[in-house]
Amino acid sequence: MPVADDAIRCDACPVLCYIKPGRAGACDRYANADGQLVRLDPHVVLERAVSRGDTLVPFLEKSREWDGALLSGEETFVTAIGAGTTYPDYKPAPFIISSEVAGVDMVTVVTEGIFSYCGVKLKIDTDRHLGAECSTVRAQGEAIGHVTTNEYGSQMLSLGGVRHLTGGSRHEGTATCDALLNLCNRQAVELKIDDGATVIVQADKAPIVDGVQEERMRVGCGSATIGMFAKQWFGKVDEVVVVDDHITGVLSEHQAGKLLGVPESGIALKGRRSTPGRYFRVAEPGTSWGGTNIDDPLSILGPFDREVARPGLRLLMVSTTGEHHAYFELDESLRPVERELPPSLRESVERIRENCEPALCTVLFMGGAGGSLRAGVTENPVKLTHSVRDALTRVTCGGAPVYVWPGGGITIMTDVSRMPENAFGYVPTPALVAPIEFTLKISDYATLGGYMDHVRPLSSITSISRDEESRRRLAARPDNPWPLASAKSGEKSRK
Amino acid sequence: MLPDGRRLHMQDGPIDVIVEASGAVSDIEVAYRAAAVRFVGVLDELCGELAFLRRPACEDRCLPAGAIARRMLAAVRPYASRIFITPMAAVAGAVAEEILEAMTSAARLSRAYVNDGGDIALHLAPGEKFVVGMVERPDRASLFGTTAIQSGDPIRGIATSGWRGRSFSLGIADAVTVLADTAALADAAATVVANAVDLPGHPRVGRVRACDLSPDSDLGERLVTQSVGELAPDDIRDALEAGIRVAESLRGSGLIRAAALNLQGETRVIGAVGWAQRADVSAPARGLVHA
Repeated sequence: MPVADDAIRCDACPVLCYIKPGRAGACDRYANADGQLVRLDPHVVLERAVSRGDTLVPFLEKSREWDGALLSGEETFVTAIGAGTTYPDYKPAPFIISSEVAGVDMVTVVTEGIFSYCGVKLKIDTDRHLGAECSTVRAQGEAIGHVTTNEYGSQMLSLGGVRHLTGGSRHEGTATCDALLNLCNRQAVELKIDDGATVIVQADKAPIVDGVQEERMRVGCGSATIGMFAKQWFGKVDEVVVVDDHITGVLSEHQAGKLLGVPESGIALKGRRSTPGRYFRVAEPGTSWGGTNIDDPLSILGPFDREVARPGLRLLMVSTTGEHHAYFELDESLRPVERELPPSLRESVERIRENCEPALCTVLFMGGAGGSLRAGVTENPVKLTHSVRDALTRVTCGGAPVYVWPGGGITIMTDVSRMPENAFGYVPTPALVAPIEFTLKISDYATLGGYMDHVRPLSSITSISRDEESRRRLAARPDNPWPLASAKSGEKSRK
Repeated sequence: MLPDGRRLHMQDGPIDVIVEASGAVSDIEVAYRAAAVRFVGVLDELCGELAFLRRPACEDRCLPAGAIARRMLAAVRPYASRIFITPMAAVAGAVAEEILEAMTSAARLSRAYVNDGGDIALHLAPGEKFVVGMVERPDRASLFGTTAIQSGDPIRGIATSGWRGRSFSLGIADAVTVLADTAALADAAATVVANAVDLPGHPRVGRVRACDLSPDSDLGERLVTQSVGELAPDDIRDALEAGIRVAESLRGSGLIRAAALNLQGETRVIGAVGWAQRADVSAPARGLVHA
């Protein structure tokens, strides 16, 4: 039979299906996504085995026959990863699992959601200027998001969302989906910010800004740094300037210095004074000293006040991470001359570094399960929303806890680092496929119009299979609350 | 083997089988091991003859090599002279039968079933019975009836076919459930009856060439149903009547024992006694369908 040009041959099993774009093979587990054979991920089963740590527990290796061992249902939680789904969700969710917890029948409705409304909130721990607020963030040259508000010690990017995924050109959608998928699956992605930096980001890894790996977050703003270290500087140096793009601090003028009785030094800062010892905008944002664009710290100082300053005055200038520092003494004409940092001050600079946390990128997946996905869970979708609100239903993503935004719908955020690896997939819409589980008491499930006829015992999910990957058995992360345990608290909250 | 010691789930490529047996614990274990041993290689065995199995069945003496393939061919041959049908129409039922036979020849079981994606092979020792529930539409959980199959009945196979199911259908039935003497016979007959529930040329029925959806479908350029709009009561009745005529003729020739035909909430039943009320059914097929 002649094969259409755009069909691909799947060699995952001997059926060797020819699969047209956007369709799945006979097994429903492999599909053609824009000419690529994609696997709907192996179905992940979390096993509550804290003692085993985070190690992967192989399940039914080819060489191993079934040994008859039984599992206690309470200790196994079926995640939605690889569960499969339909869109729109006109069918009951692929797995509606019951497992008994402390005598109460729990139901977990396991589905993979296709999220068109989804994105990533990316927190990049750095004070370096990555780009102005609202600047476009690009991947593969396509706009995939924007720079949003700075947070304490971090630059925030908002990526994805329905307008980039499906509202723009095909290329824009594909590039957005690609970047989101990689970020959510904890892969590195290079992002270019218009009129700003190029940054390589990866969940739980340090950002690389314009080719330089960020080491630390700032210990605090310049003013806060003065407050923290004033006592350690007192008596060892006459003046300290903590250079920071946000608030540059000056010891002698700062309240902390005043309290210690640090005398005036005659120093003159550029920029706009906010309150005593605290200066805004001493320079432009950049990727150098304290997130400013300066390489020479003296460039933010004006001439010393001849009435106040004296020759020999000792000046320390340091950035909020301790990464940049310089020590000066005033000469006879009151000009700062750089000198080697005295050992007594080196200690305080080291202390700043020690107090800085490692700089990381953190990726929160955000998506809305407000639409038909709910119909896969219950015949009466709004009841699911209410049940989540009332904390009778616990929502998890690949077993990881989620934050459910207040207000309408089921809009969730979750830290992808707490999810199993490669938990995300995509469909060519383009949209992300993310696991989502709803856990609740079986009686509550019946009340909200659940598909009681489709509830199957946990035991039926484990299977003998030639393909040992068809169920991926993972140890639960000890830092995640156990999804079934948390659902019990719902019972309490109802009383 | 499953934690509850009751059911066995085996999956390979597109084959997805759930097995349950009743009897002495030692017998169940032996039966499940026999099922697992037989299951390994089923897919390779079928795929080795896939080209043959995708061709229309004919009355010549050409026989496939595999035991399952022979069951498939035997189940569709009665139709070969009248309509287009390939052995693939009975693949699920034939696999179920083969696995069940491996179990019952290895151990003494009071009851057992092998459910291959909704096509079910049954084993009943004397005095035993199964209560079977039927789903109106594969995408909805509601049941439209249950029936009891006694050991004295000749029925050992159940199959359901419809355009909403995993396989393509030429007809518009939401579900046609057939009870027959073997699972392969039921599977083939359900396909044939579901194809017959049809309104040729009706504007509300969306049809696409099978090869445009799945280039290697055994249905080739035949039009398969992809959507059915809301139908007028007369249309529903006409389509069901067309299916019932075929079902009655199959029942007359002993190919099936009973059938239930469902289209947009209307159900017609032939041959069955005691379609009672609700019972549990297995979980639905899963899949990724993209908007």
